[in-house]
Formats: sequence, C-alpha cells, structure tokens
Amino acid sequence: MSQEIIIDENYRMPEPVRVGEETGSLTRVMQQLVFTVDHKKLGLMYIGAGLLFFVIAGLLAGLMRIQLAFPNNHFLPPDVFNQSFTMHGTTMVFLVGMPLAFGFANYLVPLMIGARDMAFPRLNAFGFWVFFFSGLFLYFSYVGAPGLYAAGSAPDVGWFAYSPLTTKAFSRGHSTDYWTLSLLLGGIGSVATALNILVTVFCMRCPGMTLGRLPIFVWCMVVLSFLVILALPCLSACQIMISLDRYLGAKFFDTQAGGDAVLWQHFFWIFGHPEVYILIMPAFAITSEVIPVFSRKPIFGYPIMVAAVVAIAFISLGVWAHHMFCVGMVSLANAFFVTSTLLVSIPTGIKIFNWLATMYGGKLRFELPLIFCIGFLFQFLIAGLTGVMLAVAPFTWQLSDSYFVVAHFHYVLIGGLLFTIFAGIYYWYPKAFGKMPDHKLGLWHFWLFTIGFHVTFLPQHFLGFLGMPRRIYTYQDDRGWDTMNLISTIGVAIQAAGILFFVYNLIYSYIWGKKSGDDPWDAWTLEWATTSPPPEYNFAKLPVVKSRRPLWDAKHPEDPDWKHE
Amino acid sequence: MNYATTENPADWKLPSPRKLGILTLILAESALFTIFVVAYLFYMGKSLNGPYPHEVLEFPLLGTIALFSSSGTIFLAERCLHAGNKPGFSLWWGVTAALGVYFLYFTGAEWYHLIFEKNLTLASNTFGTTFYSLVGLHAFHVIVGVLLLLGILISALRGRLHSDHTEHVEAISYYWHFVDCIWIVVLTVVYILSVRVPQ
Amino acid sequence: MAGVSLFRFYIPGFLKTFTPFATAALLIFTAGTASFAAEPQATPTPEIHRIADIFQPLSRPAELLLEPTHLVLLICLGIFLVVLAVLAYVLIKFRPRGPEDHLEEPPQVYGSYNIEMAWTVIPCLIVFVLVLVSARSIVEIQDRPMPEDALQIRLIGHQWWWEIQYPELGIITANEIHVPVSSKDGKPRPTHIILESADVIHSFWVPQLAGKTDLVPNRVNHTWIEPFKTGVFLGNCAEYCGTQHANMLLRVIVQTPEDFQKWVENQKQLPSEPKDVIAIQGKKDFYDLSCVACHKIDSTPAEGVFGPDLTKFAIRQTLGAGVAANTPENLHAWLFQPDSLKPGCYMPDMKLSPQQLDSLVAYLQTLK
Repeated sequence: MSQEIIIDENYRMPEPVRVGEETGSLTRVMQQLVFTVDHKKLGLMYIGAGLLFFVIAGLLAGLMRIQLAFPNNHFLPPDVFNQSFTMHGTTMVFLVGMPLAFGFANYLVPLMIGARDMAFPRLNAFGFWVFFFSGLFLYFSYVGAPGLYAAGSAPDVGWFAYSPLTTKAFSRGHSTDYWTLSLLLGGIGSVATALNILVTVFCMRCPGMTLGRLPIFVWCMVVLSFLVILALPCLSACQIMISLDRYLGAKFFDTQAGGDAVLWQHFFWIFGHPEVYILIMPAFAITSEVIPVFSRKPIFGYPIMVAAVVAIAFISLGVWAHHMFCVGMVSLANAFFVTSTLLVSIPTGIKIFNWLATMYGGKLRFELPLIFCIGFLFQFLIAGLTGVMLAVAPFTWQLSDSYFVVAHFHYVLIGGLLFTIFAGIYYWYPKAFGKMPDHKLGLWHFWLFTIGFHVTFLPQHFLGFLGMPRRIYTYQDDRGWDTMNLISTIGVAIQAAGILFFVYNLIYSYIWGKKSGDDPWDAWTLEWATTSPPPEYNFAKLPVVKSRRPLWDAKHPEDPDWKHE
Repeated sequence: MNYATTENPADWKLPSPRKLGILTLILAESALFTIFVVAYLFYMGKSLNGPYPHEVLEFPLLGTIALFSSSGTIFLAERCLHAGNKPGFSLWWGVTAALGVYFLYFTGAEWYHLIFEKNLTLASNTFGTTFYSLVGLHAFHVIVGVLLLLGILISALRGRLHSDHTEHVEAISYYWHFVDCIWIVVLTVVYILSVRVPQ
Repeated sequence: MAGVSLFRFYIPGFLKTFTPFATAALLIFTAGTASFAAEPQATPTPEIHRIADIFQPLSRPAELLLEPTHLVLLICLGIFLVVLAVLAYVLIKFRPRGPEDHLEEPPQVYGSYNIEMAWTVIPCLIVFVLVLVSARSIVEIQDRPMPEDALQIRLIGHQWWWEIQYPELGIITANEIHVPVSSKDGKPRPTHIILESADVIHSFWVPQLAGKTDLVPNRVNHTWIEPFKTGVFLGNCAEYCGTQHANMLLRVIVQTPEDFQKWVENQKQLPSEPKDVIAIQGKKDFYDLSCVACHKIDSTPAEGVFGPDLTKFAIRQTLGAGVAANTPENLHAWLFQPDSLKPGCYMPDMKLSPQQLDSLVAYLQTLK
C-alpha cells in the first residue's frame, strides 16, 4: 500500500457524506460511536472506557479499604471482599491499564508518524469492541454467574487465579468461567490492537520518518505491542487450559490427578510479568514526550533511551519466577531469577537518569503535564527501589504476599502509570478537544491526589514489615496493624476528592475552557502540526520529516535538529 | 552526517501491512503453541495411569506426508500465480486444500481409534490432556487454514482473483507454512520423543 | 468500633536501624498519635509476641535473611537520597524565572556518551554485589543441612486450618505448633518443617521465625525454624486460599525443652474420661451426631480426618484456626453457628439444641 502524497498545500479533503445523518441527534452520536473506524475516535473511546472501568474498580477498592479500616470489621462479608479484590485487580490490569495504553497509542501513533489512520482501521474497531464487551461480560458475572435464576456472584479466585483454586472442586458455579472467558475474549482484542499498532508503525510512516526518528512515545508503543503479542497468547493458553479443565475434565491443573499447581504459576507469570511492563510502558512513553517539551530541550540520549526500553522488554521475558520465590524452587533457580530481576533495574535506572538529564540545563515550565510527570519521577523512584528490594529473594521470603508488595505495585501503577496518564490527558487534551485544561483545577487534582496517594500507600509498606498478608478481609486488633490501616483508608477519601476535581476539570474545560490553538505547548512532534482537534484525515498534506523533532526544524530553520543527529 | 537533504519522498519505501500483519499474527500464535508444547513436555512421563504414549500412539506417516507435501504444492501454486498461469494456480491451490483435508481426515481417524479403541480421552490422564489439547490446537489451525484456502480457491475458480490479490495469497501461504512448521514440532515432541520416554 | 485504639502505633524495627533518616518520614504519620511503642501487654505466660516485625527476628532463618535485607535497604536508601537531591536541585535551579525567560530556548543538548556510560556502569556494579550477596544468603538459608536429631514436623494446609503431625512422636494436632527453644550459642535445636497441602495452595509465614514457604498440593516443600526465645509467635496463611484465607492463623508455641517434653508426654496420653453427667452426655452426643465423620479423637470411634484432630482439643489456645480464644462461651457460639464466627467455613451448622450444645461444650472441655 503506497501512500498517496497530495502536493497542493491548500487542498482539504471533502467531508465524507453519509446518508440519513441529522446533526446532533442521539442516533447520529451513537452511530458515530458504533460505526466509527477513525483511530482518534476509537482512541478516545478506549480512554473513556478505561476511565469508566477505573472509577468502578476504584469504588471496589474504596469498599475494601472501608472494610480494612478497623480490625474485626463487618462492613463486607468475606466472599464479597474476595470478589472485590479479584474484580479490582482484573479490572485495573485488563480493563484500565491496557485500554488506556491502547487509547493513547491509537490516538497518537498515527498522528506522530504522520499517517492518516491505522493500518487496519476495521480491525481497530474490532479490537475496541471486543475489549469493551469482555469488560461488560466480566461485570455481568455480578448478575449472572450461578445462572440468572439466583443471585449472582463475581469471580473470587484473585486476578492471578492460582490453581487448584480454579478447579471445579474449589470453585463451584460459573463465576470462574466468567473470569476465564472474559480474559480469553479480551486477549483476542488486545492482540488485534497490538498487531495493528505494530503494523501501523512499520508500514505507515510518513516520508523521512525512519525508525531512528520515531518519537520515543512511538518506540514505547512498539515495544508494548511486541510484549502484548508475545505475552497475551500465553494468557490465552492458560485460559484455554482452565476451560478444558472445568468443562471437559482435563487434568492440566488437577492436583488430584497428577496435575501440577506450580505449572499454572509458571504459565501465568510468563504472561504476567511482561504484562507488568506492558502496563508501565505508557508511563515511559508519555514522560519521554512531556519532559523534553516542558524543559525546552530534546530528550537526553535518544539512542540509549530507546535501547533501555527494548532491553527492559527483553529482560522482562525472563524474570517471571520472581513472583514465585516462595513456592519452593531450587536455590539455583531462585538465584537465577534474582539476577535477571536485578538486571531490569539497570535500564530502568538509565531512563530515570536520562529524564533528569533532560530537565537539567533546561527552562522548566511548570504546566500540569510536567507537574504530574515530576510526581511520576518521585513515585517511580520509590517504586523502583522497593522493586529492587523485592528482587532480593531472602527479603521477599518475608515480603512476598504481604502489604509491602501491595504498596510496591501501587506505587508502580498508581504513582507511576496513573500519574503519567493524567499528565498525558492534560498534555493532549488541547489536541483532542481544542480547549485548554484548567490549570487551577488541575493543581487541586494534583495535590489532593498526590497527598491521598501517599497517605494511602506509604503506610502499607510498614504493614508489610509487620507481617500483614495481602488479600485478608479482616484482622485481629492486637497485631499492631490498626492505626496504619485506618490512615490508609483515610487516604483513599483524599484520592477520591482529587479524582472528582479531575473529572470536573475534564467537563469544565470542555465547555468553558480557553481555546487552545493548534500548538499550545510549543511542542515538536507531528501531532501538533495539524489542527486541534485534527480532521478525520489527520493531515491534508502528508508531512516530510528530516529529524526527530520536525516542528523544531520548522520553528528554528537557522538551527534544525538534523544538523546534530 | 547530513543525509536529510538527499531524501526524496518518492523513494520512501515501506513494508506491506498485510505481510507484516500475518507475520505478527504468526508470532502470537507461536507463543500460544509454545505454552501447549511446554505443557506436553512437562507432563511427559508423569501420567499417574495409562494409557501411555508408547502403548497407543502410532507414527502418523500418511498424514505427515500429506501435510508436508502441501507446503510444496502451495509454493507451486504461488509460482503459477506470479507467472500469470491461473489454471495452474487453481490446480495446485486445490491440491493443497485437498491435502489439508486429508490430514484432517487422518487426524480424525486417529482420534476415533484412540478414543473408542484405546480409551484415551482428554480426561484420562495428563497425557490425554496434553496430547489432545496440543494436537487439537494444531488441527484447529489446519481447519482455519483449509477454510482460507477454500475461500481463495472459490474466488479463483469464479475468475475473481486478480494480480492485486497476490498479497492475500501470499499471506495465506505464510500461514500455511507456519501450520506445517508447527507440525514438525508436534511430530517431534509427541510422536518421536514422548513414545520413547519410560513411564 | 469497640476495641480500636487510634493511639496505638508501632514502629517497625528497621526504622530503629536507620534512625534518624527514616523516622522523619514516619513522623508524618505518627504526628500527634504515636505512642512510640507497642502498648504494654499484661505479661501473660507464655509471652505472646503479637507484633510480628520482620526486623525483630527471634529465630535463626529470620535473622540470617536480614543480612542481605539490611544491605539492600541501605543501598536503596542511598540511591533514593542521591536521586532525590538531584531532582530537587534540577527543579529549583531550572525553575521558570519570570515571563521573559521563555523568549529564548535553552542550549539544546542531545546526550553525552561519557555521562550515560557512567550511569550504566555504576548500577551494574551495585547489581553485581546484590546478586552475590543474595545468592549466598539463598543457599545459606534454603540449603542448610538439618542435624540428624532435628525435630521433624509435617505441616499440612487445609481450607482453612493447619494440620500438624510429629511423625517421630506419633502426635497429631492442629493450628498450634509446639517446638522447643534453641539457643544462639549452644547446640542448635532447629525444627525441620515439611510442608504439604490437602487442597489448595497455602503459605507458612511466621515473620519473626522464618520467611514464607508455600504449601502446595501434590508437592513437598521444606522450611525450618530455630527460635531463640520462648513464647507464642503469630503467623498467617500468606497465600490466598479461598473464602476464609484471613482467618487461617497459625501459632507457634516455643517452649523450654522441659515444657516441650511435658507437652509431648501429655499429647501421647489418651484424654481422660469425662466424669460429670453433662460431659458424659456430651460424649454420647458427639458420637450420635455426625461430628465423628470429620473429627478424630484417639482410641474412640471418632475417626474422621476432614476436620482437625480433637484428641487434646481443650489445651489448645484458640478455636477455628485462631478465629477466637478457646473459651467455653466462644466454643458454645462456634458449635451453635460456626458461620457466625467464620463465615464460609466448612464446619456445618448442626442445628444443635441448647442441651446438646451444653453437653458438647462440657465434653470437649475434658479433652486435655
């Protein structure tokens, strides 16, 4: 498929005419949403759906924190609590983290590489809808799990679903089947979208956009897609095996018939650990775009930044068993996975240092995106260091499955990923809607959320030190855990207040926000070269690129980047 | 180095999306198969009760010959298409599909034999579980491949296949070669290796 | 909420190790509410170590694993402070200075080979050190040979209680492990624990005694403890195992060798016959009702293995794997409606009449 290049600068593609359209009617809006294959609309739909599920999963977390606020509390019965953390984890990983990543990739990758759409627009729509229905399917379990004739129950096996807890003997009814089939379905959608992103990047770049000039955001999305392509099928294989076990009496994980419970853990974490890096990739992607623009300097050490992302992805395929230091592997295996896990910290460290070096010597502009990225740097630093601690197997013999681990990965996923998602939303909000997000509301959002976040999760490190295990719905009042649990619960309320400011800001700015213009941040990548919001065809004239910062070249013809690269 | 000025947008060449797409899909499928192959290897020789592989499995000679030769015929079909020889294409393409169907028949007969005469089912033991899931997953891919082959065959016979469909044809042939390669692995692991492992 | 003390706050031992650095961080949370020590417990006998702080180990493996732990904590604290200082410096030094500041772009720097090399090599060295220290510690703890005369225990996880067997002594009990104390200097008396599971995966974790090891069905795992101090140590099941995962508590009762020997002798004897009328009726009820289908009492027709062995039930400290203290009132409530104490547990509600409840409680109290 060769790209057609339109030479005439003033040429604008005509708006496509559709039959039976009345502007503004609900039918039309619905039609647009359902029938669209436009990568920008699908991207926003991904982000919207991800935020919707985020709120649901956040509410579940709130319920759990209320239950844990006091010892011997009776707010939630144990089965509801167990369903809550299962649904919370599953939702956050599969229905929030990945869709948000895909949403940003969908919206931005074609714009950043100067393409008019994704390589396979209809496959793109397919991927979104499959994901969305897998989410609805999962939540339908609340209504329908044991059959519609009885009160429903959601899956309660944990998002990791360790066998043999998932076998028929220990998980009766159909709740586990909802979990399994939903993830199988979602896996198909994720692979479809990842494939689409990969092909788009390799086959749809505008002239001059060599791989060495891709924005780091795009590089991260390429790596993310590779990981999805390699890891998600492993999860699908796991789900097929569970289904065969549960429906046809297969013996994969039936420990009574010679099946091996630890094999499930290996298979699950071969998927699960790359998955963690899939989730953190958007954080790397967005930070690497935001920090240079708001420091007014190019990213420091582009080649090593790209190499670091690739190295992280590569090593992440060989670290899975650090989730299994306690299952009784031989000491050699334990030592191997300590080594591979610690190796990940090297490229990760490089990334943090290079971001700092990018800011060093720049002229910082404390706009919302940069503020959230600084929050990210601080929290990701802590998350990375607790990760190093957890890599040391003897320490993990104490910390594994304790609240320390809960704190660690919430620092990664909330303090790391979610902060950059906020940064990304504030950064590209003007591009998507043509309006500036409100700075003051954004600051309220930042401070409330940051404080709430630390109040919630910092004490959980110490709870882990004091021997509090994860996934318990209640605890005794004499273990020294009560005060910190209460503090942690109070933090959730502060975070929720921050989220309210965020949602209000999105709506407020959409209606009353200042007009932003096409390039409000004075940025350098191609998405800022088109209008805000971009037309359906993105670029009337496909750009030709000569360096990593095409708009810098255009704005500084006296000192273009390609002289230095 | 100042290479930017020497670039001409007209010289800008990129790989074909369809081909790259199918290769990526093959990568994903390989990951899926890897898990099932590892499961088979892991449980090899660990079944608590019979039937065991060496008691019931026979080397699937005819099916293997059919599947491997279909890789050759699809190659010939493609060559015909590039040379513009449409009847030749239809012939070899049809032969490929027929060989695929024969392989499926062969597998079906083998399963019938195993289930009804040797009493090996998915639920018999870990061997049955891993055997049927791995071979079945492969057979499922052959079914999909045969359907794709038949789709192209029908449009070829109705005279709807044009030179701009070469990419479709190529993508399907990649997929078919991949299914063949997987069979090499399955054959080695299931029919050559596991029948030699003592229980 | 009754029994909640807002003013009880415990500082993990590691903070004492790293004072004054980290206490400052903790002060944010303790300001105004901290009493800086565990609330003094009435000194019961034996002492209960309620605060299971991993930085205050009272057993050899838990102590050994602190060695790499302290190292990695120190290294991480160092990295944290350095990077934080750099971040703060950058944010202050290059902050916006007035509106005209942005008219001109700063010098464009694209990277520096030497600097990037430096911050690749230094982490490599740190990783190298950590790998060596961890590997040594893994081998030292995990592959430690047990002396011939080490006490052997088989710990079997059930949903949601622990079965404890002493194969050499012929004792079977539940939820409370009795072991003799060892001494740091004298001849070590470690206890070798063989871990198995009857259903799903559980995990053995008594933080002050040893790190976790999972109890995996169809697989035999090993761990060991060597406590230096007598008392009761508290632990939880640390791998999610179903509805009542939270109430699968484990007690390790460390005794002097003499006390331990006394306990062993007592366990080996059969329980005394009930003497008063109600208890005799209770014994009859116990066999008439289906209690015997799940529970075992030595030398009686009660041969069930699905639930805990009740031979010496009355000397255990807790009920339902630690969900309540073993008092007549709690026992009454437990037998009346097990679900009210431990929702979802597998002990059924037997629909006992008040008379049956009283007699059963009386009988079970005699199992000493």
